[in-house]
Amino acid sequence: MKQEYTLTAYTENQVGLLNRIAIIMSRRKINIESLNTSPSEVEGIHRFTIVIQETEEMVRKLARQIEKQVDVLRAFYNTGDEIVWQEMALYKVPTDEIAEKVKVERLLREHGARAVVIRKDYTVFETTGHREETNNLIKVLEPYGLIEFVRSARVAIIKDSRGFHEQLAKFSSEE
Amino acid sequence: MTQAAPIQTATARKQVSGSQALLEAFLTEGVDTIFGYPGGAIMPIYDALYDYGDKINHILVRHEQGGIHAAQGYARSSGRPGVVFATSGPGATNLVTGLADALIDSTPVVCITGQVFAHLLGTDAFQETDVINITTPVTKWNCQVTDASEIPAAIAKAFYIAKSGRPGPVLVDITKNAQLQMFDFEGYTPCEHIRSYRPKPIVRQEYIEEAAAMINAAERPFVLFGQGVILGNAEAEFKTFIEKSGIPAAWTILGLGALPTGHPLNVGMLGMHGNYAPNVLTNQCDVLIAVGMRFDDRVTGRLDRYAKQAKIIHLDIDPAEIDKNIKADVPVWGDCKETLPLLTELVQQKSHPEWLQRFHDGDKQEYEQVIHNELNPTDPVLTMGEVIKILNELTGGDAIIVTDVGQHQMVANRYAKMNHTRSNITSGGLGTMGFALPAAIGAKMGAPERTVVAIAGDGGIQMTIQELGTIQQFGMNVKILILNNQFLGMVRQWQQLFHERRYSFVNITSPDFPKVAEAYGIPGQKVSEREHLRTALQTMLEHDGSYLLEVMTGKENNVFPMVPQGCGVAEIRLS
Ligand SMILES: Cc1ncc(C[n+]2csc(CCOP(=O)(O)OP(=O)(O)O)c2C)c(N)n1
Repeated sequence: MKQEYTLTAYTENQVGLLNRIAIIMSRRKINIESLNTSPSEVEGIHRFTIVIQETEEMVRKLARQIEKQVDVLRAFYNTGDEIVWQEMALYKVPTDEIAEKVKVERLLREHGARAVVIRKDYTVFETTGHREETNNLIKVLEPYGLIEFVRSARVAIIKDSRGFHEQLAKFSSEE
Repeated sequence: MTQAAPIQTATARKQVSGSQALLEAFLTEGVDTIFGYPGGAIMPIYDALYDYGDKINHILVRHEQGGIHAAQGYARSSGRPGVVFATSGPGATNLVTGLADALIDSTPVVCITGQVFAHLLGTDAFQETDVINITTPVTKWNCQVTDASEIPAAIAKAFYIAKSGRPGPVLVDITKNAQLQMFDFEGYTPCEHIRSYRPKPIVRQEYIEEAAAMINAAERPFVLFGQGVILGNAEAEFKTFIEKSGIPAAWTILGLGALPTGHPLNVGMLGMHGNYAPNVLTNQCDVLIAVGMRFDDRVTGRLDRYAKQAKIIHLDIDPAEIDKNIKADVPVWGDCKETLPLLTELVQQKSHPEWLQRFHDGDKQEYEQVIHNELNPTDPVLTMGEVIKILNELTGGDAIIVTDVGQHQMVANRYAKMNHTRSNITSGGLGTMGFALPAAIGAKMGAPERTVVAIAGDGGIQMTIQELGTIQQFGMNVKILILNNQFLGMVRQWQQLFHERRYSFVNITSPDFPKVAEAYGIPGQKVSEREHLRTALQTMLEHDGSYLLEVMTGKENNVFPMVPQGCGVAEIRLS
């Protein structure tokens, strides 16, 4: 059965590695729903967070293929309940539309959104949360003339993980 | 006025160009041969090479694909990485087929490509192509170097990655400015460790114990071996394991030769055109022990009808291979050079005479229905099998056989006698027509003391026939055996069997091959009669230098047995 998995890879920070990882998916015609690269808890080690819909068997194979890359240290995969995850979204709306309607402010508060930029012509709101939460706010803001919407890739913390420092030490001693 | 002499010590830092540093690195890595082709973007490296003529042998091939296949042949016969030079753009793109071939067949190859000046990257400069991204899916690792000072470390990584763990092709793309740039060269240190890369998984003793217990309890154990045994230099360890446990062993075409074909426990070839008994008995064994092989679909046939009754023990150095196609009950991660002796120690000394007899019974059936007629035809038309049979008699099974792709490949693999490891060089995973001739050139360079016979079809030979020029120019000694059935035989066989004989574009004409060879200064002849076959083969083998022998074989002969695509291994057809 296909379900949503979050792959986490700890890697060196190398040009070209993103392509190596991306083609592991595209070669198998797997759509990447979200992809984030960032630093990790260990200095100099990068962290990829990738979201896909797949069967567990396939995800396990993908993790091994990712780990097989020379510049990848480890790859893990987790279901939604094994991680804490967030996505950030930005919404641009016409300032005069919302300024007139006091209701908007209450709605935004309810959705945990905050204004990042307020200009005469437009206002940019930001909210962080799960997919449904950021999606809900779109619906809320649409009647007020939502001009632009963008959502970031998922970032995720693995609940069970004790961090990569320990793993790295193990990795080095296994040589 | 006196001038200070330039400092020229071997150990002290010295100013060298990126190109010189590259060649110095090669010397430390023990590179003695490069297969290459020059061009604008790699000219500084070729200029530096001009001064290394006494230390490094450069073979000017006729096409970069020929260059990389030669490097593959060199690596496969010698066990050392093959090295290739190509220029940017078309030179580099011509390597792609060979890279894909080397990746899927785990062959260590180091490719150096020239690239346009760094400041021109991304400008669509003359002969600029995005080599790194084109080759990413077909290399184990690749990188681009834009500064000379990065060259030594990149080359060290390249060699280490190519040859360690599961070997594979790597590519280093060097921009022209980096080749020309002078820098302080502090000497070359080979790489022995990369933080993010574990060439060998750690051997887990508990799995060894589990595997041994399973083997000891087995009544009908069966070993399948692949190239992992050869790549791990574990032929002796493998033989000891087989002999102690008394288990019959069958091979994938890349494993051929890891155990002599004449060994009493060698029960033959697996897969689509493999032997009858090992295919059928795969579905009757109780424990299947896979050693350094990857359950390719040409070996397994239909997966849901493959060894369902058996417990699977899988020994492999590449963790990604475990459970990829066939789920392992016991995964024995690790280099089989290490895992096999651990396993041997724990398995009981045994023999399985009744079980082995069942292989012999199957062999008898296959012999009567297929092999006898293939090797001893009564029809005047020659068969490919009888050519191989006589070749065996003349070489004694000591030659390196390099095959192309098609019917002749399957026949050669089925019938060639091999006494030694690193004797079968073929394009297994990718099935690259045009592989044999250039790979044979490389194989000869990698094992100059051995006889090298390239066996190709009339189709495949024409894909890289230009490499006859390389043979001529460098005075090489390669035996070229063309088995000419006047068809793209393997495709024709499928059209006959599965497409109602609708022969769609499989009829292929050929030039007069011996005449082509003659034009390249290579003697040769063509035979179509049985009475001349042995002498012709003998002439070819005894000739002091390269020789081309074209043998006309039955136009519509088929290779059997065959596991049709989509069928299980037990559904193997004898006719
Ligand atoms: C580069 C390439 N193109 C196409 C094929 C498909 N193919 C596989 S076998 C074969 C026929 C080979 O014919 P020939 O070289 O005459 O050998 P034969 O099968 O007759 O022994 C073809 C076309 C291939 N393997 N490689």
